[in-house]
Formats: sequence, structure tokens, C-alpha cells
Amino acid sequence: MNTTIMLFLVQDGITNGAIYALLGLALVLVFAVTRVILIPQGEFVTYGALTYASLAAGQMPGTAKLALALGIGAFAFDLFEARKALHGRLIVRSFIANVVLPAIVLALTLSLAAQKPPVAVCIVLSLVIVAMIGLYLYRIAFQPLAHTSVLVLLIASVGVHLALQGLGLLFFGAEGQRGPAVLSGAFTAGALRFTGQSITVYAITIAFIVALWLFFGLTLYGKALRATAVNRLGARLAGIRTTLSGQIAFLLASVIGAISGILIVPITTLYYDSGFLIGLKGFVAAIIGGLVSYPLTAVAALVVGTVEAFSSFYASNYKEVIVFMLLIPVLLLRSLAAPAVEEEKD
Amino acid sequence: MSTLLSVTDAHVAYGKVEAVRSVSLEVGTNEIVTIVGANGAGKTTLLSAIMGILPLKGRVAFAGQDLARFDIEDRVAMGLGLVPEHRELFVTMNVEDNLELGAFRIERSKAKASIERVYALFPRLKERRKQLAGTLSGGEQQMLAMGRALMGEPKLLMLDEPSLGLAPIIVADIFRIVTELRAAGVSVLLVEQNAQAALKIADQAYVMELGEFVLSGKASDIAANERVAASYLGFQHEGASVI
Repeated sequence: MNTTIMLFLVQDGITNGAIYALLGLALVLVFAVTRVILIPQGEFVTYGALTYASLAAGQMPGTAKLALALGIGAFAFDLFEARKALHGRLIVRSFIANVVLPAIVLALTLSLAAQKPPVAVCIVLSLVIVAMIGLYLYRIAFQPLAHTSVLVLLIASVGVHLALQGLGLLFFGAEGQRGPAVLSGAFTAGALRFTGQSITVYAITIAFIVALWLFFGLTLYGKALRATAVNRLGARLAGIRTTLSGQIAFLLASVIGAISGILIVPITTLYYDSGFLIGLKGFVAAIIGGLVSYPLTAVAALVVGTVEAFSSFYASNYKEVIVFMLLIPVLLLRSLAAPAVEEEKD
Repeated sequence: MSTLLSVTDAHVAYGKVEAVRSVSLEVGTNEIVTIVGANGAGKTTLLSAIMGILPLKGRVAFAGQDLARFDIEDRVAMGLGLVPEHRELFVTMNVEDNLELGAFRIERSKAKASIERVYALFPRLKERRKQLAGTLSGGEQQMLAMGRALMGEPKLLMLDEPSLGLAPIIVADIFRIVTELRAAGVSVLLVEQNAQAALKIADQAYVMELGEFVLSGKASDIAANERVAASYLGFQHEGASVI
């Protein structure tokens, strides 16, 4: 193997790995705060990517309607839960957050979609739409189950994944799509060629990791999220709403998923079901990080990306097999290190 | 003195097993009230239900409001605080972060003053403010748990077995601080197995046995009661039998 090929593969691996790192971090975050293993993370990727690609192509994405429908559902859940103590302020607040907001976004999308809005507008709209979907999904599918076991939450998570994937086929069709590059242009450094897109991937990944680090380390809400992850009862006794923490976690996860999708879709053609496999690779990284460690997850994601790049060069048929086989030695080592796994009690 | 917390005819059950039966109690402002009783009498269950952690049948009113429609977080914001038996600290976070989060529902400007008050009450916490909560000694963890609850500026602080497993010198310190809290205008509902110490500082007392209150009254009267003395205080009046 010559050095140039190796450099290319490493570069490719790091670009992919950066995306997996973002997804892995989101998975760790959601699991730590809500105990949900977020299988639909991949759908956030696809929805973000395909919403962005549709908008850029001048088409109306169905996701904007889904956001409104889920918002109405979330509003109904809010009303039902507070039925014994309904008061005006609660109703108005929930109505604005769950119905008015997605309705405005839907109206905006409808009016802008036909005009092929500029890339920045497409990005912002896609992020807002997917963020709302994530938030309302938490309200509808996970918040009512918040006190149940990890297994029940996992089953709900699989259900949400299947539903979203089916809806994805409905919204975007079976054809793959590509979107415009977020940043065009390229430059070369030695043998390597850096495109604007790959630079954007690195920059956004690093920016997100730093932002998350600052958020968790310095802000009260970030600390409250960590506290909820460490001790749910303790957090409630401090007055921290675990539902609020769950909402923030899902909001962050869906935004991270959508950003990943928007970053990938100019590089690779994405289909309605492509997200699952991409999400799974983030999941491999998160598992290597034990679903708790952020730095370990980020490093593992780079390893996953690099292994993927090399295996797609040398044994492209076995690419996925090799990547997922990474899990086996890791799980083996982990099970040897901590043989007894106790189901947590809440 | 007005009534701050009133519990009327409370029942708490784990499935079909009733752990607390028909219990009524009152805590006034600036008052220390203690519930004493043997292990398994239902004291912790009662506190958890008052806080909203367990469902309670009956009526609980706090500062004039029926608590039924408020969840744990709202009760905290209303000024009800609980320091649970297991402390429930954020063990992987440092002392200062634990305290800061205790003031999650308080205005940020007030939280700064609160933390200084807590450090004045527990100087040890100030010394260890950058240390992880999980690495503190048992006594320090208890102080931190109390400090975190106090950061929320509670009107009523409920303490569940604060002396459990602590060295006598630290227990004395914690009981001294409880009396200081009363002086500072915080009422305390204290659940203790160490009945002797609890009755010494309390104004009112209830004796709990198998889920029910069997005696109640002024703490000094309860402390002098022969039956209580025989059962819980570890000394024997003449003629009383000890099981």
C-alpha cells in the first residue's frame, strides 16, 4: 500500500468518523439522561438530510407536516396529563409550543419551498423541523414511559424507528437524494485534497463537541442534565424536572442527527432508510464508550470511521461486517471487566 | 405560630400492603417536629409520600395549599424540602455543583447568597467545594445533602435519618445545625431512630409503630413517657418491660 492511498483512507475515515462521533455523543447523551437507547437517531439523520435536499430542490418536504401532526399529538398529551389541574397559562404555553410553532414553520416551508431558498435557509428550516419532531416524539412516545425499565423504553424506541422509517418512505419516496454542498470550493495540501464540505464536517464536529463540553460544564441547564443522568430522584428533589431534561436531550439529539444528515447528504446519496446504518455506527462508538463516556465515544467513532474506510478499500463487500465486528471484542472485554450487570431500579 | 404542613388521615400502600395507616400530623412555623419509631414502622414511607415520591391517600396541605395536584418538583418550588435517607447526591459532580443545582428553582441572584449561608453553616463544605460528592465522608455527604436542600430555600425541611451511620461527634453537629435552622425560620420534620437525641431538640413528637401513630404530644412529655422510654430510648423505667 502506498502512503498516498493510506492518507486518503485516513482522511476519509476521519470525515466519516467525525459524523459518527456526533451521533455517538447524541446517543450517550440521550441514554444518560432518559435511559432511552435512541434507535431512531438514524431517522433524524435521514429526515434532516432529505428535508434539506428536498428544500434545496424546490420540493415541499412532508416532514414539516409531520412536525405539526406530532405537535398536535403532544398538545393533546399535555392536556390529558394535566386534566385534573388545567389552567389557562399551561394551555396557552403548550398550545404555542406544540401547535402554533410547527404551524408557523409549516407555513414558512410551504411559502419558501417553491422558491428554492438559499442553502442557509434550507439548513435552518430543516434543523427546526427535525428538532420539533424530536421534541414531540419524546413527549408522545417516551415521556409517558419515563419511569419504566430500559427494556420497555428500547421497545418503544424500536417502534418509533420503524414508524419513522415508514413515514420516510412516504415523504421522500424510494429514490435517493443528494443535496448541495454547505460550503463549496476545495484546496490541496500535499497529496490530500480538502473539499469545503469535509472542512465543514470537521469544523462543525469540533464546534459541537466544544459547545457540548461548555454546556455541560458551565451552564445550569447542562449541569441539571448531568444531574438527572447521575441521580433522577436527587434531581427531582432539587426541583429539576426530569421531563425538561428529557426534552433538552431529545432536542439536542435530533438537532445533532439533522446536522449530521445535512453534512453527509452532499457527499453521499441518502435513501429514506440509510440513516439506520449510519446511526448504528454511531451506536457502535457509543457502546465502545460504554454509553457513558463522551471522550471515549468520540475517539471510538474516529476508529470506526477509519476501520470502515480501510475495509471498504480492501474488502468492500465485508465493510459493514468488519465495522460491526468491532463490537465483539469490546463487549467481551467489558463483560470480563464487569461481569454482573444489574438492572437499575428507579 | 401557624400551621405549615398538615397531613390528615393519610394512607400509603405498596400494592396491597398498607405501610402507613390513617396518620395525621401537623408542623407549625418555626417548629421542629420529630417522628420516632423502630425500623420498618413506616416513617420513611410517610416522608416519601408527603414529598410526592409515593402516592398518598388522604389530604396533605402545605402553606394552605392542597398538595394533591403538585408533583415533586412543584413541591420543592413551594418550599418543601426532603433530605432522603440515601441522600441521593450527584456523586460524580463536585460539592459546589451539587449545591448550585439545589437552587435550580431559585433566582440566580439569590442563589449566590444562599451558597454563602450554606457554607457558613457547614464550613467543611466550603473547604471541599471542588471535591466530587462521591468522595466525601459519610458525615460530609449528609452535610452536603442538607446543604443542597437548603439551597432551595425551603420553609419546611424534612430530614430522614440524618444521623444514620455517622460518628457521634458529627451527629451532635448535625443536631445543633437543625436547631440553628429553626432559629433561622426553617421548620423541620425529623425522622429518627436515635429517638433520645431527636426528642431533646424537637418541640412536638409522634411515635410511630407498624404504620400508625401510637402517641403524640410535646417532645418533652414523650421523652418522659415510660412506654416510649422502654421501647425506643434504650433505658428502662422501673416496672417497664423491654422486648
